[in-house]
Amino acid sequence: MADFDFNVVWSSLPFLWEGLQLSLWLTFLSIIGGIVLGTLLALARLSGIAPLALLAATYVNLLRSVPLILVIFWFFFLVPLVIGRPIGSFYSALIAFVMFEAAYYSEIMRAGIQSVRKGQVHAGQSTGLGYWQIQRYIVLPQAFRNMIPILVTQGIILFQDTSLVFVVSLRDFMTASSIVARTEGRLVEMYLFAAVVYFIICFSGSMLVRSLKNRMAT
Amino acid sequence: MIDIHNISKWYGEFRVLTDCTTKVSKGEVVVVCGPSGSGKSTLIKCVNGLEPIQQGQIHVDGAEVTAKGADLTALRSRIGMVFQHFELYPHMSVLENLCLAQEKVLKRSRTEAEERARALLARVGMSEHSTKYPSQLSGGQQQRIAIARSLAMDPIAMLFDEPTSALDPEMIKEVLDVMVELAQEGMTMMVVTHEMGFARKVADRVIFMDVGAIVEDRPTADFFDNPESERAKDFLSKILNH
Ligand SMILES: Nc1ncnc2c1ncn2[C@@H]1O[C@H](COP(=O)(O)OP(=O)(O)OP(=O)(O)O)[C@@H](O)[C@H]1O
Ligand SMILES: [Mg+2]
Repeated sequence: MADFDFNVVWSSLPFLWEGLQLSLWLTFLSIIGGIVLGTLLALARLSGIAPLALLAATYVNLLRSVPLILVIFWFFFLVPLVIGRPIGSFYSALIAFVMFEAAYYSEIMRAGIQSVRKGQVHAGQSTGLGYWQIQRYIVLPQAFRNMIPILVTQGIILFQDTSLVFVVSLRDFMTASSIVARTEGRLVEMYLFAAVVYFIICFSGSMLVRSLKNRMAT
Repeated sequence: MIDIHNISKWYGEFRVLTDCTTKVSKGEVVVVCGPSGSGKSTLIKCVNGLEPIQQGQIHVDGAEVTAKGADLTALRSRIGMVFQHFELYPHMSVLENLCLAQEKVLKRSRTEAEERARALLARVGMSEHSTKYPSQLSGGQQQRIAIARSLAMDPIAMLFDEPTSALDPEMIKEVLDVMVELAQEGMTMMVVTHEMGFARKVADRVIFMDVGAIVEDRPTADFFDNPESERAKDFLSKILNH
């Protein structure tokens, strides 16, 4: 035990902070993008227009049956091919995360939309509101609110998954910790510190979910 | 005003409505009653196109609701509808509930919409509650607000689907009072209800439905004093001795 030196954490904080910023930023943008795209997919599946619903269902089921790391690779190699120029690791990873998470968020939003009573739609229709207006002002706000705890939970999983971006040589928090650990030869200290940071962030997230659930139950 | 001509509707194989024909003239109040599952809700939902029909035609104020490509949103904005479970928007305040469609459909300005909303809230006795949310109000209060929300669109007719059947007994009267007042002011109304006191007081006609068909359609006094069909007699004896 006497050999442990946690000063290494202190001295490499700026480097680790950069990694953490990348992880948080990627998580934040992916949650927003994933929810937007996921909501559109959910609306498509519930639209009652058979080809559209089938297309959305195929997308969701396809993306949910491949590992995320593969999707990250795909987009890293595919996107430059499709648009004809490199877009950098960060944007390709972001696109991969949005496309992947959208599949999960769409299932959550679909359940949320179905949790809104049919009578709410009838009420909107009977005052002459159109389909999009009803979704925008009546259904989605309620669906979203009912699903906030699950959406946050999914966000926590997403945050943990950002550690996979090392495969396209991005330096997220986990990767940064590994680099310090290896170059300084302080594996135990760094991995312990990384675990504590992940724990604090994810645990706060879970507490937030709990308090949201309690508040909604009353 | 409302002209229902020989309509039939199926849910898959199941025939919910069978050759229903009736008319509601301007200013008339018609009560629709009948046993549970007889198709009352379905019938009035067809009037503003919330449910499609497979046979027959419905005209409202000269326009055919059931025509292919009919502009349903425009039509619906002119017919108010009140539901058994109120269906106020739970995430909006009372005032926002009343303003939403005024602004988005009638394109009224916020001030205009609020002015109209406040006048109607005063009319249903809910002025002090404009900033509250539906969950903070009793069922009777919610239903009065739902009526005000429909009236805010300046409808030419109002449809009610069992507006008091989800209410505690002590709240029924406050909602019926609003409806009676509306009827006396000359609003065209089609009301699904089992409140026979209300029917006697303001209805011009009573429609009695059973298994998807209109069995009786007669002036109110006539209907109560000498119902023709056995089924209506049976229904009345149950509901009046209840
Ligand atoms: N979406 C639906 N799909 C299939 N059947 C339906 C649907 N909606 C209603 N029905 C059936 O149609 C029939 C008529 O229903 P409706 O709601 O119009 O009856 P009601 O007279 O309003 O009854 P209640 O007094 O219980 O409200 C019932 O047998 C009901 O089960
Ligand atoms: Mg009904």
